[in-house]
Amino acid sequence: MGQFLIRRFFASLLVIFGVVTLVFLIIRSVPGDPVASILGEQALEVDKQALRDCLRLDDSIGTQYINFWGDVVDGTFGELCDERGVTVMEKLIESIPWTAELALASLLVAMLIAFPLGIAAALRPYSWIDNSSAVIALLGISIPNFWLGPMLLILFSLTLQALPNPGSGVTGLSALVLPAITLGSALAAKLTRMTRSSMLEVLNQDYVRTAKAKGLPRWRVVMKHAFRNALIPVVTVLGLQFGALLTGAIIVEKVFARPGIGTLLLDGIEARSYMIVQGTVICIALSYVVVNLITDLLYGLVDPRIRYD
Amino acid sequence: MQLFRSMPGGHRIRGLTWLGAVIVGLVLLVALGADLLAPFAIDYVDVTRQLEGPSALHWLGTDENGGDVLSLMLHGTRVAALVGVITVVICSSVGIVLGVVSGYFGGWVDEALMRLTETLMAFPGILLAILIIFITQEPSIWAVIGALSVSGWAGYARLVRGQVLAERERAYVEAARALGFGRRRIMFRHIVPNILAPVIVQATFGVAGAILAEASLSFLGLGPQDQPSWGALLDQGASYFLLTPHLAIFPGVAIMITVLGINFLGDGLRDWLDPRELSQN
Repeated sequence: MGQFLIRRFFASLLVIFGVVTLVFLIIRSVPGDPVASILGEQALEVDKQALRDCLRLDDSIGTQYINFWGDVVDGTFGELCDERGVTVMEKLIESIPWTAELALASLLVAMLIAFPLGIAAALRPYSWIDNSSAVIALLGISIPNFWLGPMLLILFSLTLQALPNPGSGVTGLSALVLPAITLGSALAAKLTRMTRSSMLEVLNQDYVRTAKAKGLPRWRVVMKHAFRNALIPVVTVLGLQFGALLTGAIIVEKVFARPGIGTLLLDGIEARSYMIVQGTVICIALSYVVVNLITDLLYGLVDPRIRYD
Repeated sequence: MQLFRSMPGGHRIRGLTWLGAVIVGLVLLVALGADLLAPFAIDYVDVTRQLEGPSALHWLGTDENGGDVLSLMLHGTRVAALVGVITVVICSSVGIVLGVVSGYFGGWVDEALMRLTETLMAFPGILLAILIIFITQEPSIWAVIGALSVSGWAGYARLVRGQVLAERERAYVEAARALGFGRRRIMFRHIVPNILAPVIVQATFGVAGAILAEASLSFLGLGPQDQPSWGALLDQGASYFLLTPHLAIFPGVAIMITVLGINFLGDGLRDWLDPRELSQN
């Protein structure tokens, strides 16, 4: 196991190296003069030179690459060119709590929908409840979140006036409900199907039959013996779904005019701020890599039967 | 070749599979005949009728410029179908070639290719496509297809590699080797036909994924700038939903029905071609 952990850790380091290098290569392959594309052709030569100095475009490509790594390793992700003295990391730190709050709330929504539905479907496979949960899950995967969001807004904010409009300045729980449902629905759909198939497998195990034979109450067999074991594979797939939550957050933040890492990225694209765009993209990719590393490691802790050799 | 195994009878989603096939067929027909079906040209605008709801003249209303939403959506079908199909053809072809090479040769080729796929897959969803489109100003539909393909082939390569690793040890491969066939012939004439079933299933879902990705990019203002797209209409709709909801509703329904149809079809194909994964998500 120890050897596996070390191998897995170094593989992740290699991926991080690849991610940073790839972002550098893509950003540096901008066709034409990046300075002209940011400031416009008519900009003053002084301003152009200042921006060129700030982006360090006059350095050789090797020096640029080394400086790029320097900005990643010291955790600043570089200094902004339109706001001197402010680093990309400071912008990220302002945004991350908003996105984290949204992602956690969506995860909660997804689990609240998926676990009961998935368990019920697995207990009566091919019954009406299983079939309808399959259709609901397919719907959840097929409804794009940039459509579900506006629909929920039209229904709950506009027609029923039950929840605040985006941009109305209301914060707190009531402003989190619709974004969390919007972002959580697709995850809920996938999670329902995973829970179902995992439960079906576990319910056929000998230890479940033993628990039933002992005369334990049915709910206890289902919840304590079956569901807890069925969760193990589900949790590991959740790590992979974390990426979908992050990119989904970019869209949901736009729909609901919420601050966050996605809004930071889109504003950066709008302003053609190379520092912001490369910083947020690297930050999202790295957090995805780290979360997957952690879920892989947790897998071994949660299920001691897993052997890594 | 196991492609044409008979369909298991009386399966619960058999009806839905046919529904999916019909939807996909209709979408393709609309994409082909968009010019004939659309009542107005793409560049038609009536500035006196901006953001109007559905009427006898404009069945699905007008957009912020006074364009006919129905016509724009019909042309948007073509964009969705093009992006969906071409992206998946590129991704699966590249994925099959590199996956077979990786799995069959192993060694450092395999090591290098797998580290590359892991790096690409570290960018979740459309993140890498966003970055690529950021550097191409005024992206065309081909830039969008290219951006989605760069990040999309890795999944196919890993799927194919896994299949090849299992297939490589089978007797028919050994027999082909004993007969003195070349490596390329064994890889592409013997192994590839035997591993196509799961690739076809993944490609079907991949079309839905690419359509959703294109719509997401367009919604974020990063879609093709030279063509009308469902996502771009929705982007307008989301800005004006307080004023008029029709612009937010119709393009979304089109995306949803298309994606749902492809997913129905994909589910059916998976049960048919690849029954081992019957209960997976």
